[in-house]
Amino acid sequence: MANIISDETIEYVGILAKLELSEAEKEQAKKDMGRMLDYIDKLGELDTTGVEPMSHVFPVQNVFREDVVTNGDAREQMLSNAPQEKDGMFMVPRTF
Amino acid sequence: MCITDMTAVELAAAIREGKATAVEALQAVLTRIEEKDKELNCYVTVDKEGALKQAVQVQEKIEKGELTGPLAGVPVAIKDNLCTEGILTTCASRILRNFVPTYTAKAVVNLQKAGAVILGKTNMDEFAMGSTTETSAYGVTRNPHNTEHVPGGSSGGSAAAVAAGECFYALGSDTGGSIRQPASYCGAVGMKPTYGTVSRYGLIAYGSSLDQIGPLTKDVRDCATVLEVIASHDDKDSTSLVRQDTDFTKALVEDVKGMRIGIPNDYLGEGLDEEVREAVLQAARVLEAQGAVVERFDLSLVEYAIPAYYTIAAAEASSNLERFDGIKYGYRTEEYTGLHHMYKKSRSEGFGEEVKRRIMLGSFVLSSGYYDAYYLKALRVKALIKKAFDEAFARYDMILGPVAPTTAPRLGESLADPIRMYLGDIYTIAVNLAGLPGISVPCGQDSKGLPIGMQLIGDCFQEKKLLRAAYTYEQYEKK
Repeated sequence: MANIISDETIEYVGILAKLELSEAEKEQAKKDMGRMLDYIDKLGELDTTGVEPMSHVFPVQNVFREDVVTNGDAREQMLSNAPQEKDGMFMVPRTF
Repeated sequence: MCITDMTAVELAAAIREGKATAVEALQAVLTRIEEKDKELNCYVTVDKEGALKQAVQVQEKIEKGELTGPLAGVPVAIKDNLCTEGILTTCASRILRNFVPTYTAKAVVNLQKAGAVILGKTNMDEFAMGSTTETSAYGVTRNPHNTEHVPGGSSGGSAAAVAAGECFYALGSDTGGSIRQPASYCGAVGMKPTYGTVSRYGLIAYGSSLDQIGPLTKDVRDCATVLEVIASHDDKDSTSLVRQDTDFTKALVEDVKGMRIGIPNDYLGEGLDEEVREAVLQAARVLEAQGAVVERFDLSLVEYAIPAYYTIAAAEASSNLERFDGIKYGYRTEEYTGLHHMYKKSRSEGFGEEVKRRIMLGSFVLSSGYYDAYYLKALRVKALIKKAFDEAFARYDMILGPVAPTTAPRLGESLADPIRMYLGDIYTIAVNLAGLPGISVPCGQDSKGLPIGMQLIGDCFQEKKLLRAAYTYEQYEKK
């Protein structure tokens, strides 16, 4: 099947991906994604009825450890990576 | 012998025996970097001062007998997606242009404990997304064998640095071939271990279910030695495995008698360069002459690995890269109206084209209405691919084939057509989907003088078989 990616789809994916695309980038994204999905549609040739999706190769599940703090206090170093900080906290734009 | 021509293991031995010092080795390699890196651009960051401090300390410990390991005192280059405390770690992205980690990746910590001297951070495709190191925000890396050609990717800086003597060995990461392919293009040895063998703690994630850290080295002995040091179980990586068989250097034996090697017909088909094909088959004949039993067989499903891979990798990338929001670290845009606009604008300005392409695709295949048709479908195909490998390994000890369909392409030829670039991953990508180990070993050059690599793929946990065959081949070629 030929994938026709609509303007609405690109807008929607842009919201999910938290990306702001220019008009030119949107056009390019429509083309790129359409081509890629056409290519991925090849998977439809395979009958996967009754095949369980495999997310990990090894069945390593529910790996727990004791809830004990092992790392030291690196607040200053961590905050020094922040674009903006104030009083020992990350600073974000007004949210309301 | 020029010190920078030594392998890592040779250098460490020379240092132990007092014929060289860690500081001399570092100075030699820094001189080499100064001579060559302006042109090659293997490094994003060279930590000259830090490396000198480490070298002095390590040398002292070696002299006191506190450090006796096979890599003590040897300078190493680290791919720039592995966190290093106090050293800039950019993932070759503008969005992390000023990120200085507060901790060091487990694999690097293991090296430091063994007396490695961290030289700096190598260039790569942005967030490891690419096959040429051309998507880096810090300029392309050039192939030391011919500077008009790419070094491969995404661990292109690491591979080129090894090939140019700008380090003695390097760490890379491999999500779909990102260690094996650049190793092949640059004439180095590169290995992707079984998924879970090396802790991913501190590796900035791209496709978490596919990513593995591994060595890029000058020869097979170095490869086994480095892997032995970096492999460890780690509580901080929930996918890390407990393995008792990580004494990989034990596998450095010249003996492939009776080893069953399968060559997939599907790996020799359309698209494979004739010179690459001939070099790889010649390598197979060498192993056969040494006593291995070599056969052709049909692996099947090979053409489905790339679409399955790009669906899964993009999906995981879109989720993993959500953390880059312009708040905790990294780039924040100058002007914005409110929080959400700040997120969107920072990310759009901070990420490069290929990264955005994959985030968009990943967000789409995970979105409601498409999740089953694309993402779950890809995971089902992954199960089928794993099954095809299981069937192959019931008959063979390992699979032999090319690493890539061609030798290194010219700079600027690959990015214009993403799907064509993705097709270059056809022989490496299924290995990541199935969690298998794979090694790339140099097996000659084409008529342009560009290196060709042979790939050996093993069943899970069978690194030793691969190392043994690779070592046997390499020793034969040296004679």
